[in-house]
Formats: sequence, C-alpha cells, structure tokens
Amino acid sequence: MYAFKYHKPSSIEDAAKVFSGADDARYLSGGHTLLPSMKLRLAGPSDIVDLSGIAGLKGIKVEADKVTIGAGTRHNDVALSAEVRAAIPALADLAGGIGDFQVRNRGTIGGSIANADPSADYPAAVVGLGATVHTNKRTIAGDDFFTGMFETALEDGEIVTAVSFPRPKRAAYMKFPNPASRYAVVGVMVAETASGMRVAVTGAAASVFRVAEMEQALASNFSPDAIAGVAVPADNLNSDIHAAADYRAHLVGVMAKRAVAKAAG
Amino acid sequence: MNENGIGARVRRKEDKRFITGRGNYTDDINRHGQTHAVFLRSPHAHARIVSIDTKAAMAAGAVAVLTGKDVADAGINGLPCGWLIHNKDGSPMKEPGHPVIALDRVRHVGDIVAMVIAESKNQAKDLAELVEVDYEVLPAAVNAVEALKPGAPQVHDDVEGNLCYDWHLGEKDPVDAAFAQAAHVTKLDVYNNRLAPNAMEPRAAIGEYDRATGEHTLYTTSQNPHVIRLLMGAFVLGLPEHKLRVVSPDVGGGFGSKIFHYAEEAAVTWAAKVVGRPIKWNSDRSEAFISDAQGRDHHTHAELALDNDGKFLGFRVSTTANMGAYLSTFSTSIPTYLYATLLAGLYATPAIYAEVKAAFTNTVPVDAYRGAGRPEACFVVESIVDKAARETGRDPAALRKLNLIPASAMPYQTPVALQYDSGDFVKNIDDALKVIDYDGFPARCDASKKKGMLRGIGLSSYIEACGIAPSTVAGALGARAGLYESAEVRVHPTGSVTVFTGSHSHGQGHETTFAQIVCERLGVPIENVEVVHGDTGKIPFGMGTYGSRSLAVGGVALHNSLEKVIAKGRKIAAHMMEAAETDVEFKDGHYRVAGTDKELAFGAIALQAYVPHNFPHDELEPGLDETSFYDPKNFTYPNGCHICEVEIDPDTGVTRIERFVAVDDFGNIINPMIVEGQVHGGIMQGIGQALCEDCIYDESGQLLTGSYMDYCMPKADMVPFYEVGTNVVPCTHNALGVKGAGEAGTIGAAAAVINAIRHATGVGDIQMPATSQRVWQAINASAAQAAE
Ligand SMILES: Cc1cc2nc3c(=O)[nH]c(=O)nc-3n(C[C@H](O)[C@H](O)[C@H](O)COP(=O)(O)OP(=O)(O)OC[C@H]3O[C@@H](n4cnc5c(N)ncnc54)[C@H](O)[C@@H]3O)c2cc1C
Repeated sequence: MYAFKYHKPSSIEDAAKVFSGADDARYLSGGHTLLPSMKLRLAGPSDIVDLSGIAGLKGIKVEADKVTIGAGTRHNDVALSAEVRAAIPALADLAGGIGDFQVRNRGTIGGSIANADPSADYPAAVVGLGATVHTNKRTIAGDDFFTGMFETALEDGEIVTAVSFPRPKRAAYMKFPNPASRYAVVGVMVAETASGMRVAVTGAAASVFRVAEMEQALASNFSPDAIAGVAVPADNLNSDIHAAADYRAHLVGVMAKRAVAKAAG
Repeated sequence: MNENGIGARVRRKEDKRFITGRGNYTDDINRHGQTHAVFLRSPHAHARIVSIDTKAAMAAGAVAVLTGKDVADAGINGLPCGWLIHNKDGSPMKEPGHPVIALDRVRHVGDIVAMVIAESKNQAKDLAELVEVDYEVLPAAVNAVEALKPGAPQVHDDVEGNLCYDWHLGEKDPVDAAFAQAAHVTKLDVYNNRLAPNAMEPRAAIGEYDRATGEHTLYTTSQNPHVIRLLMGAFVLGLPEHKLRVVSPDVGGGFGSKIFHYAEEAAVTWAAKVVGRPIKWNSDRSEAFISDAQGRDHHTHAELALDNDGKFLGFRVSTTANMGAYLSTFSTSIPTYLYATLLAGLYATPAIYAEVKAAFTNTVPVDAYRGAGRPEACFVVESIVDKAARETGRDPAALRKLNLIPASAMPYQTPVALQYDSGDFVKNIDDALKVIDYDGFPARCDASKKKGMLRGIGLSSYIEACGIAPSTVAGALGARAGLYESAEVRVHPTGSVTVFTGSHSHGQGHETTFAQIVCERLGVPIENVEVVHGDTGKIPFGMGTYGSRSLAVGGVALHNSLEKVIAKGRKIAAHMMEAAETDVEFKDGHYRVAGTDKELAFGAIALQAYVPHNFPHDELEPGLDETSFYDPKNFTYPNGCHICEVEIDPDTGVTRIERFVAVDDFGNIINPMIVEGQVHGGIMQGIGQALCEDCIYDESGQLLTGSYMDYCMPKADMVPFYEVGTNVVPCTHNALGVKGAGEAGTIGAAAAVINAIRHATGVGDIQMPATSQRVWQAINASAAQAAE
C-alpha cells in the first residue's frame, strides 16, 4: 500500500468537507473493493475518509410501501434480516448470495453501488426493483444511477446515504455465479412492481440493463414460457475467459426464466 | 494392538498448534536486525533488458538493490536441474542457464530482475517502483506445441527450436506390429491443463549470516531442507555444508511446489552476507502465481489397438510437455520417468511405446505438482480406455476388467520399465462398483432425465509408482541424487524417544504417524515420542517429502532404526537379567527371559544404557541411539478405482458431482483417519483440475488467471461427501508393507470426473477443465450435429 492520510468523521457534512479539502480522497465503507486494490497498488489515494463512524448511514427501515437501507449496511445485515425477508425476499436472497460469509460481513450496499462493478449483484436490485438512491445532495432514480462500467451518476465527493426499494408485488433474483470469484456472470432480477414489470440484468454487460421485450411479455403472461422465445442479443455483452458473449446471452434467458418461475411461486 | 499403535485412528498431535494459530511457519520467524526484500519481477514474458537504473531507489533509502550483474560478479552459479534426460539418439538434453537474477534477458512474467532490500516490506515495494528498467519486448513462445514449430520465438539462444529433449520409452516395433493386426484402433487427443499449486502458505525465505562463526542459515518453506542445502550450497553459492544450515519449520502445504530450489532462497542467503543483516522475503499470492513452479501442461496424442474380443494389443503415446522458461529442479523427470513409465496403467497391454518432447516457453517453469506425471498418465490411459469402450460398444467397467493384470500375475513386469509387486485390481473395481451401485445407474439416470438433467458415471482405475525411489534405478535413469531416506531414533535416559527424520511434513501428519510406529514397536506412550524434522542442524541427511515417499521410505528407515534399538536393548537386557541374548524376547514394551518371570521394562533398559555402571564395556557400548538409511528395492505401487457420478444441467452446462467413490490399495495403513484425509484432499485437487482450475496464458505470455478472481479453486460446496474404502494388499518389499497415500486421490480423480461428464453428455472429447461453458458448448455442438 502507498501511504495515505486516514480520517474518520462522525457526520456526513464533515466527511464531505474532508473529502473536498483533500488532494485525491476516497471514501471507505466495507473496504472489500478499495482495500484490495490499494494493497495491489492499483489505487493510491492521498486520503481515506472512513464512513463507518457515521451512525446515520447504517440500518434498515421497513415501511408499508418500501424498504430503506442505509449505505453503510452490510450485506449480511440485509441477508439475515427477518424484516427484509418478509418484505422483499428477493432482496434478502440477493444479498445472501454475494461472495462468501466473510465478504458479506464487510461489504456494504453503498460501497457496492458506488463502485458499480459490472458483475456486482446490487445493481440488479436497484434497477430491477425500481429503487431510489439517496445521497447527501439529492435523490437519484435507480434507472439513472448506473451510467457505465464502474461509472455512476454520483458527482465527485457525493455520498450515497441510503437506497429505498419499493415493495414489489412479487420478485425473484437468480444468479449464475462465477465459480472462481462468486461475482455474477449473469444475474437477473424479475419484479412485478406498482410501476410495471421489470427485468434487470447484471454481470452480462458493461452495466446493468433492462430487457424491455421480456418485460412486455411478462406483463401479459407472468410465466417462464412467456419469455422462452425472447433472445437477448449477444452483441454488446461481455466476453471473457469465463463466459463468451453468446453463453452470457443464453444464461440471461435461463436465469430470467428461473427467476420468473421462482417469483410466480 | 497398542491403542496408539499401527492401525489406530489417532488424532493428529500437531493439529492443536495448527488450529490454535500457534504453528511456527517461516514467516513467523523474525531475526534481530532483519531487513526485507522485494523482488522486482518482469512484467513481460520475453524481453531484453536494455538497462537497469537503481540510483533513485538507493538515494531514497534502499539498504541495497542487487541485479543480475551483481550476482554474476559474485561468481554465483545458476540454479541446477536434478535429472538428466537423454534424447532418443543418446545425446544429453539441453540445459540452458537459469540465473538467480536475470541477466540481459527476461523469459517469463515474474522472472526476477532485481532484489530490493529495505527496512520494511512496504518500503521495499515503494523503492522497487523507483528502479528503472528499460525493456525491449520480444515475441513470446507460450504454447508448447507451437514453440516447437519452425519460426517460433526462441526462449534461449543456445536451445535451437526450443527443444529441451526428444525422449522415448518402450519398443516401437512390437507396437507397430500390434497395430498392424488390430481389429479396432481408438485415437485420442488430450490437453492436460496447467495448474498453479496454491499451497495455503505462500513461499518465504530468510537468509542470515553469522560473522563470528561464518555460518549461513536459510529459513525456507521447503519440503526437503537437506536437498536445498546440497543444491544451494554445492551448486549455486559454493558454501560447504558445515557452514550452512537450512531450516524449514512448519510448512503450510506444498503439493510439490516446495520441493524445488528457488532463486529467492539463494538470493537471500547470499545477500544477507553482502548487507551484513538478515533478509526476509515472503511471497504475495499474486507473486506466487508467477513464481511458484506450476504443474502438468501436456499435449498428448494416444492410440490404442484392440483385438476382436476387446483385448488391448498395443498402445502408443506421443506427448509434448511444457517446461516453461527454465528447468526447475525435477522438471525434466516428470513427463518422462514419472509419466511414461505409468502408461501401462493397470492393464496387461503387451506392447507400449511413448515419445515425449519437452519444450521451453516463455511461461513460469513447470515441475512436480501432486501426482507429478502420474495423473497425466492416468488421464491418458483412462480416457482412451473409456473411449475404446464407447467406440466398440462395450461396458467401460467390463472392458477394464477384461484387460486388467490379474493378481495372480504379480510380480508383473510392464513393457515400460516398472515391475508391479502387488495389487488386486479386479477387486478394487468390483468393490467400487458395488459401493456406487453400478447396476442401479440406469434407474438413477432415468430419474435425472425426468428432471430435465443429464446423468453420467465414470470410472478411473489408477496405479502409481511411489515411495520414490530406489537409488540404483533412479541413478540409472538419470537422477543426479540418491533417493533413500534416513531416520535416527534417540532413546533418552528415562525412556522417552525423539525421532529425527529426513522426511518433512507439510501437512501430512508425520508427527503422529511416525510416533504411532514408535509406539507400536517400543511400547512407549505416544506422548513420550517427539518427531523432529525440517532442520539440517538437527536431522541426518535425508531426501525429504514428495512422491508419496515419507512412510514407504522414511517410515521404513524409522522401522529399521527401531529394530536396531530393540536389538541393542536386548543386549542390555540380557546383561542385566544374566540371560543369553537369544533367550530374551521383546514384547509390549518389555524384555522377558523366555520361560521365566524375569522381565524389565523398556524404560529401565534405557536408563541402564545411559547409567552403565556395570556394563562389560568391551562387549557393550553405552547409549541407545540408532540411525538407519533405507534405500528401497523397488517403487511401491498404490492403486485403486475411483468412480464418479455426475448430474449436468443442460441449460447451463453446470456439472454437479453427485457421488464419488474411491477404493484404494495403499498396502498396510498406519492411521486410517490421516489416510482418509489425504484421499479427500487428493480427490478435491483432481476435481479441481477436472472442473475448474486452469492457468490460461494469452499469446503475449501474460497469465490471465493470476488471482482467485479468475483462477478457480475447487470449493467445498462443489463436492459431495466422498465414499472411500481400502483394499489392503501389503507391499511385498518393505518391512512395513506400506505403499503410500499422498498423491493417489489426485492421480485417479480427474479421469473419473471427466469420463462421467463424457458419459452424461455423449461428447467424447470434452477437455479439462470441463467448465460450465465448455460443457454447454459441447452439448450444443453435439445436438447441432445430431440435427444435421
Ligand atoms: C472475494 C470477494 C467476493 C465478492 N463477491 C461479490 C459478489 O458475489 N457480488 C457482489 O455484488 N459483490 C461482491 N464483492 C464485492 C463486495 O461485496 C462489496 O460490495 C464491494 O467490495 C463494495 O462494498 P464495500 O462496502 O466493501 O466498499 P469499499 O471497498 O469500501 O468502497 C468501494 C468504492 O465505493 C466508494 N464508496 C463506498 N461507500 C460510499 C458511499 N457511501 N458513497 C459514495 N461512495 C462510496 C469507495 O470510495 C470506493 O471507491 C466481493 C468482494 C470480494 C472481496
């Protein structure tokens, strides 16, 4: 690791202030992406602003119409929460399928979505459930949050404070994990929400995307058969040593069908 | 039976310290005034070093920055290769230099360019970034088959066409004759994927020099400290043994990768004297991927000739093995004497001929990895036998049984140099078929089909040559070392015992197994036995642990020393009880005069040995301390049958292992629990190779699977509970009747898994690793073919 200055502010305001006063600062949440890249000397921030001392960033609030999760909430807190499981089981399932136990005990939802790894799971929930991302400056619609590979709508220094997920009528998440890393080769969230049908795919492309054709088909017939004929073009999908684009395209179809079957019960 | 003696499931004595974090590994050692080294490594697979500028790093506070030029100026030699292979024409193999630090040219990503020594590891890393190296990048040879083609980039200027050797074994004419009469010929092309060893403990080394005594000490993560002392002292640094001590404390796994003498060991030992302070290096995981010798990487074409009844007539095999950029310590022996000699498998094939070409490439050196050559041989043999069964419409189990060497044919001389001493191969298969309920497979397959799944069952019958090795045989085949083992048994005055063994545990539980042998023979309680290994300052010269040899060679040396101790004790007992030596018997820890009630406990004899107030000193020396060196007459031949049953999801290509049965013959077993552990771990590694592990290099020689994000280790949730059993046929030529169990699981497992997948999918040429994508593609391709 390169040397850096460490700060642990106790309020969001202080965090933002330290950040803007520094040369090349980074926020630190669970550290499960940032610290490995620092150890490998791929990242060398001048200042680390640790968000874990800010009480307001942690916690889960379940209301009649939505579930709000503080940015600093760990994956296991979501996965193991009985309230989340009762309100949006697909969300608890998704969180429970991230990495392994150790990863889930450190990684946070805020860190995950701010990082916007193309293979991360949470983006499928943010887009697939039509969530809203809250920051220290504004609210951002889930559909507008992810803008590309490792890119988001966040401005420099903007802090994610929470994510609220409207309760869907029914939803399910299906993931095809990379056998080495356990990140998503393909992950599909299918949800019937108040604002309509949503099918969001993570892992397959540079960034999470929705499959309109599947959404339309499911709107008239919520069954795996309804989307069996929908082929997702491989053109813009990722290709790597683990999965070529055509395999990913195929897996999107398989995972979507399985998610529909699960959501349909 | 002694409750902690041979055959008992004694809990491992060493585990308490391991699982409570009190093990003492090389990286746990810190020496007074210690500095830290970081090795600056080549980012290129092949390049000329135009210049190296260390001034900025020195100015910023480096203790020293040493380069290939410093190594050359100090008169340090390259790293030696321990096994000389001869070409078909009798000429010796090519042995290009392997400098401790690269000089002028780097030949693989990870090749050492400079050694940066600083006050802390992190500072050394900072300073390494200040070392300016100007490279002229050259095209790289990566794939072994391509590297041997004309026009391929040259890895070493003095090795034309990148060919290390072109070797053969067996007689060609009888094989050609057999093929001429064959009713059926099965042909097979397989690639045995390259693996990274991934010991849990990364390598580490500490060099220290004592100016007062002139003694050098190297602490290192080695499976064989005496071998390192010999290779490094005599061949690389020119240090005499009496001024060089090599200590390998607890070692956290090795799988072969910690056999070899590595550049970092020589570098820290030498440089510690140069800088006048101890130097520690420990490898990062990413560094291990580009600096630990890797395993396998064979391209093979094989052909099997059968007669009308399905009997094997002849077998010919042609393999290209990747050596990587330099010859690692035992690299050259792996695809030759540890591979081609096993191509008979368990079958009475009368004529076998094998050719092996070894190629240099711009990749990490390849050497022994658990099984070392034998898994590659087993995979070729068991793949082609299965394919022959499919092609000729025979049941794979039946075709195997038709061709097995019967127990009555033992000892059996194969056409590829080995003489199998014992084994009941038919019983192994029959037992395994029964455990898995082979006859019930069709019903299970139907049940899977109803769920939309494919199901397959695959066999693999393996044999391995272990207990490496008889020195005479090894020497005749080109080994530059002997391969015996040593053991000293030191009985202390109050009857407790310390064993000093030349073997070394890197996780196998020798402290328990060896203590059980002592317990059994001397009748002393197990807690009174200490097993010492891993320190050339304490143990007699010994060859270390690899090739499933510790028990079969080191254990027998221990047995022989115990016999000497018992014999000496008998002399003392006879003197004390005033009886003739021939009338004194030893049993259950007591010497008794036959036909009388006179007896003395072993402990009493031990005390007398060191308090010899009334010994007849002309006839009887004091002391009870005996050493043996044991050189076996033959290899040992563990063998067995593995059967794997898989279910495959055709929608995703994901393979689930439903059952895994292993019936193994390890000869006599000292501790069944430890043996089961070895089998479980070995099978896991075989499954890892079969399903997911793969070192993938791109054309420029970059390792694409250089971290756990991409290199897929097998995980516990990928496998079922193994069903393992043994079929004991004692080895006929060692005193313990043992064969060894360290590598068996890895040798047999991969072919069983792949045969099961081939059976389930009907696709005969699925290669390893059978990733979900590969299986999915194969299913699609065969469906498309069927539709045509
Ligand atoms: C072995 C392993 C396996 C994994 N497997 C999976 C998997 O299967 N699926 C998956 O989705 N993820 C996986 N992850 C990722 C992990 O779960 C975390 O989600 C991820 O590391 C980011 O969360 P974090 O809290 O650790 O963020 P950090 O590493 O602390 O930060 C990540 C980035 O986000 C920024 N950041 C953090 N918090 C905020 C905030 N509140 N506002 C603005 N910016 C912020 C940081 O500055 C940094 O740039 C895995 C990680 C590891 C190490």
